[in-house]
Amino acid sequence: MVNRVVVGAHYGLRDWIAQRVTAVIMAIYTIALVMFLLAMPSSYENWQSFFRQTWVQVLTQVSILAFLIHAWVGIRDLWMDYVKPVGVRLTLHVFTIVWLLSCFVYSVKVVWGL
Amino acid sequence: MEKVRFSIYRYNPDVDAKPYMQDYVLDIEPTDVKLLDALVKLKASDDGISFRRSCREGICGSDAMNINGKNGLACITDIRSLKQPIMLRPLPGLPVIRDLIVDMTQFFKQYHSIKPYVVNDEAPPEKERLQSPEDRKELDGLYECILCACCSTSCPSFWWNPDKFVGPAGLLAAYRFIADTRDTITNERLDNLEDPYRLFRCHTIMNCVDVCPKHLNPTRAIGKIKEIMVKRAV
Repeated sequence: MVNRVVVGAHYGLRDWIAQRVTAVIMAIYTIALVMFLLAMPSSYENWQSFFRQTWVQVLTQVSILAFLIHAWVGIRDLWMDYVKPVGVRLTLHVFTIVWLLSCFVYSVKVVWGL
Repeated sequence: MEKVRFSIYRYNPDVDAKPYMQDYVLDIEPTDVKLLDALVKLKASDDGISFRRSCREGICGSDAMNINGKNGLACITDIRSLKQPIMLRPLPGLPVIRDLIVDMTQFFKQYHSIKPYVVNDEAPPEKERLQSPEDRKELDGLYECILCACCSTSCPSFWWNPDKFVGPAGLLAAYRFIADTRDTITNERLDNLEDPYRLFRCHTIMNCVDVCPKHLNPTRAIGKIKEIMVKRAV
């Protein structure tokens, strides 16, 4: 392969918006969660029943998904900024995707108590 | 007569194995106001010191350098406002040709990649292409760029990917032509920038805004490019 600088992948906007939108989702979830947890008496049973409500589970799962998408864009940015060899970068991208996907599958188990 | 201490980056690739910092003490007169005045005086005593300068009034952008760790123009920097010894280094991130002179090829390559001129294929009117005062106003804060490279060479994203990231100066210029109502290839310009490297390496670090000697705001221009892209996409 010739050694040429190639740019023009024609993507980036979607990821950039996704990073901002997911940040807002995480911020709202964090504030809401802290307020709810402060409002109720702190005990294991209270926490368990709180997180067993479907709407809490749905919001938690969505926020975790937002977190993972956010992390994907952020970590990929790191690899793009600092790692130059394409082979190493591709490997790191794949590792990151597999890792985040695993986190997602595990989060489903945790959130829904499967 | 006042004494000013300097520590200046010296490197002559023909002679020096490695760059080094050289100390100088210079007597300045009350009439020596700007850093460039002192540098010119210094060069009279040691003509080996190399730096670029031309207009000596902040218009040409030739004498951009790293002054006490911050990029700026020597000709508009008040010498008495600087902490001594005044550390002078070449602009960071670009190959050094000699002393304070850097090779700006990469910088201008990025600038040219955004087509820094109005493109309009419509038949030219009898006189000039007119703009409303409001449309013209959008170009304020964009057209004043003197391409001194202070911003791009203070940008970590440009340090890491100077061959792929357009950099703040190039993107400010890109928005200047995207915003120009006389230009007809807005879509092509946006396509050209819709890329994870060319535009989206900007992480809003804002070093560019901090150092711009013309007080321009490349970060805002980059934000406006993204805004237009969002408008086009959703």
